[in-house]
Order: sequence, then C-alpha cells, then structure tokens
Amino acid sequence: MSGYWDPHIERMPLEDLHSLQEDRLKSITRYVYDHSSFYRQRFKEAGVEPDDIKQLSDLAKLPFTGKVDLRNNYPTGMFSLPMNRVVRYHVSSGTTGKPTVVGYTKDDIDSWSESLARALTSIGLGRGDVVQVGYGYGLFTGGLGLHYGAERIGATVLPTGVGSTERQIELMQDLGTTAIACTPSYFLHMIEVAEKMGVSIRNDTKLNTGIFGAEPWSHETRKRIEDATGINAYDIYGTSELSGPLCTECQQKNGIHIWGDFFLIETIDPKTGEQLEEGKTGELVVTTLHKFAMPLIRYRIGDLTILNSEPCECGRTHPRIMRILGRADDMLIIRGINVFPSQVESVLMKIPEVGDHYQIVVGRDGPLDAMTVRVEVTEKGFSDKIGDLMSLKKKVAKELKSVLNIAAGVELVEPGTIPRSMGKAQRVIDNRKV
Amino acid sequence: MAEIKQISLFVENRPGRMAKVSKNLSDAGVNIRAMTIAEAGDFGVIRMVVDNPDKGYKVLHDSGFTVSATDVLAVEMKDSPGGLYEIVDTLGANKINVDYAYAFVTAKAERAMLILRVDDLSRAKQVLSAKGVKIATKDEIQEI
Repeated sequence: MSGYWDPHIERMPLEDLHSLQEDRLKSITRYVYDHSSFYRQRFKEAGVEPDDIKQLSDLAKLPFTGKVDLRNNYPTGMFSLPMNRVVRYHVSSGTTGKPTVVGYTKDDIDSWSESLARALTSIGLGRGDVVQVGYGYGLFTGGLGLHYGAERIGATVLPTGVGSTERQIELMQDLGTTAIACTPSYFLHMIEVAEKMGVSIRNDTKLNTGIFGAEPWSHETRKRIEDATGINAYDIYGTSELSGPLCTECQQKNGIHIWGDFFLIETIDPKTGEQLEEGKTGELVVTTLHKFAMPLIRYRIGDLTILNSEPCECGRTHPRIMRILGRADDMLIIRGINVFPSQVESVLMKIPEVGDHYQIVVGRDGPLDAMTVRVEVTEKGFSDKIGDLMSLKKKVAKELKSVLNIAAGVELVEPGTIPRSMGKAQRVIDNRKV
Repeated sequence: MAEIKQISLFVENRPGRMAKVSKNLSDAGVNIRAMTIAEAGDFGVIRMVVDNPDKGYKVLHDSGFTVSATDVLAVEMKDSPGGLYEIVDTLGANKINVDYAYAFVTAKAERAMLILRVDDLSRAKQVLSAKGVKIATKDEIQEI
C-alpha cells in the first residue's frame, strides 16, 4: 500500500470534511455572487441569495450551470476575476460543440497540481518514477495537467505528448519509463506498434503503471491492457471545465476519489434535475469549492456515474465516483433504446477473437435506425473455415443483443482497418445526422 | 511429412485487397502454386499453397494480415475423367469428410493436383495411400 501525499486532508474524518465543505460552499457562493455578473443574475432568477446557503443540504437551492452557459458567455463571460489575475488559459477541443475557455489563477494551478499529486501518490508513484506524459500538450488540459502533478511529487517527467509512437516506445526503453499517462485507446495502439517493433512492453520496458482517461473505457479493456502488458492500469477523471485531469482511482481500483476539499459532488436525474441518493446512476454535478478564476456552481458535466461515499480500504475518506458509464452526449438512441459506446466495448473486450479496436456505425435501414459494430478479426480467433467466421459473427451479435436489447449488425474487418487514435478515440460514426 | 502447409488469410471483400496480398508475396519472391477464395458477403478467406509457406506466412503476418497456417493434403490425381471420383469416393467410403478442396494442373500436365482439407488427416493419408493414390510432399510442391 502506498502512502499519502497529504494524510491530514486525505484521511480527514467525514465530519471534519463536511464542515470544511460547508465553510467553503458558503464562501464560494458569496464569492461568485460578488464577483460575477453571470452568477448574480442566475441567483436572482432562481430567487436565491448567498445568505440562504447555511449548510451542505442547501446546495439544492442553487441553480444549475452547464456547458451551454460557457458557450453563451464565450470567451470569458463566466470568469469571476479580471484577466490580470489569470495566469493561464486552456481551450476545450469543442468535440461536442463550440470551444469553451477556462482560466486559472496561480492558486488554481496550484490546487490542480495538488489534486493530481494526491492522486498519483495514491497509485504508488513518487520520486524515482519516470512518468511519460502521452497526452496532448497545449490548449488541451491533459498534457500540462499531468506534467505539473507528476513534477510536484518529484517524479521525472518525460513530456512526449501525442504521436511519434515509435519514438515514444524507444524513449520508454531508453529512459526507463515506469508510468504512462495517455488515452486508453492510444495505449492500445502503442502496444500494437511495440509488437511490430519487436518490443515487449512486459519484458523489454520498466513500465508498471498506466494512467488512462479522457475517454470512457471499460473494466474489460483494463483487463486486456493489464493481461497484455503486466502493468496496473488506473482510471483518471477530470474535465477541462473543472481544470483538467484531477483525480484517479487508488490502488483498490474501486472508484475514483474526488477530493472533497476541492469539489462538492452530487448526482441528479438528468430529466428532472432532482438529486439522487447514492448508488443510483445519475448525471454528475460538481461545485468547485476552491477555484477562483472560473468557479463553477452545480455544473452539469454530462457524465453518468454512481456516487459512493463508503469509506475506502485505502483509508481515504473522500467520496468516490464509480466508473463513468459515458457522457450523456455520447449516448446513442437507437430505435428508442439508449446505447452507450462503453456498453458495446465491455461486450467486445470479453470476446478474445476480436481485436482491441472497434467502431460503431449508425445509419438508417428504411425508416429504422440500424447499428453496425465493426470489429477486427485477430489471429487468435481466425479459423480458415468460413463457417467458424460466421459463427464468430453470430456470437458477437448475440452477446451485443443480450446486453443492449437491440439487434446490431456485425462486420468483421481486417486488423488495422479501424482508425487508431492518438487522443480521444472516435468510436461512433452516426450517419443519421443530416 | 506429407502434409502441406496452406496459408489462409482473412480479407475484407473490397477492391484492392487481393492486389495487396499478391504484391506482398511478389515483393518477397514467394510463388503461388494454387489458390482459392471463399467469400461470405462482406469478407472472405483466401487459401493458397505457395512454394515457401514459412516465408509467405511471415510476409503476410508482418504486413498486418490475419493469417493462419493449416495442414492440408496435396494428392496427385489423374487428369482424366474419374480422377477426382477415385479420391473422394475412397474418403467417403471411409467416413472422412472433406471440409473443402481445390485443384490445379501441374506444369507437366500429366497429373492434376488436388488440395484437400479433411477432418481426419492421418486416416485420409492412410486410406488414400492404400488405394495407390500418390500424396505430394512439401518438396515436390516446392519444385513444381
């Protein structure tokens, strides 16, 4: 079991943590009301004043905010401080719409690094580790976020960024990388490229830890990665609006600890907006308690998850979110049924005959929606009898149907046919949109 | 050993795939003795007998294809009416099933060569040899 970066905070008794959260909630509510015309107006519309917030349960009185507010107030209308207090901008990639801008004070950058320092320590990293940051550097928060976090714990950072995969693997060997941070799909690609180079990540490198995120991934993919390379693969969570990558699982691999002194989390019914009790799948809503350039109050991230504030075996008292099912925006509605790409992934990764990469193509068959899942046939699963391949196709279709409750077509394709991604994987092609 | 290693590969049914396969083999100097394509809608399986199966397998595997090597029988048959009948009748009478088969005529053109994948390879060899059917060896295929 690894140690703690900040044992006092990380193991704080729940009562103390709640009272700290209460104090911070009251002061951040007052702060945004005083500093941001956006929030002042929003609070007035909701008929709430900062003084109405006296305890944690008063959180529900506050109005929600969402991505649409960031877009409508592009570029900096949601900021609570003037530009001369902002030391950095990050701009989201705009994969699901117009880009959004996030600003940071010096203290905001510090809290961000602190959050990651705790997280990286919780998965056993520290001085002496070489952390290869294979997330994009630049406007995307992944690269710089991990970079600062890993430096703070005294690890050696190898800032490879994204791409030049062969060079990444050479450097991984030459400089003794022990931990890699990138998207899970990019790491799967790295494994393939390493194999082609004749490099076994298990035997020819010192890699023992993976920090994977920025896209939803399944337990089954974790198992594939760990079985193929012998490393420990951990889930990391964060979004650019909240600063960037922030929190990871601990070594228990049972949910991501969200630091309660920095964030207040709740889950809601995405339709009614009502707070859900723990254990139910709902939309994650986050209030930033210690962020000053652009604090967010009850921000609807759009990710679906389950809250768990049971004490964790690692000794940390901070609440956990269980594995992200997907972003509400990623959900496909096919013939009226909700389908998450992550559900498709968990089915496919259990079938050894299909490869690590897949694609979901949605179109129309007459008036009906039609979904086809493209999978690569691996040599492990290849029989030269057509009958066996047809059976494989049927098997995949049957498994998908049992989990998704809708029929999906299955297309067997050659290895390497499905585009490999270096950042966030494009798993879905929806041809229905005109 | 009388088994021949046949190379089988998974290919999508779209333009240019065959060209990619044959270009790879051609660049490596691997000669195709016989081949057949089984298609099943959007994909198919190419099966072939080549002069150097190990090299052929490696070349295709390294260029990213899903490849397998399968043991098949190569038997000589008379290039005249009844040539095929004699062989498959012997197998049928011995309850040996033919999964698939394809034939080619050798350069000498006296005899045709039949490639067979059967469910019981060693018994197939046994019963065919007993009938006086000549089974080609790896070297013979290489030298055709």
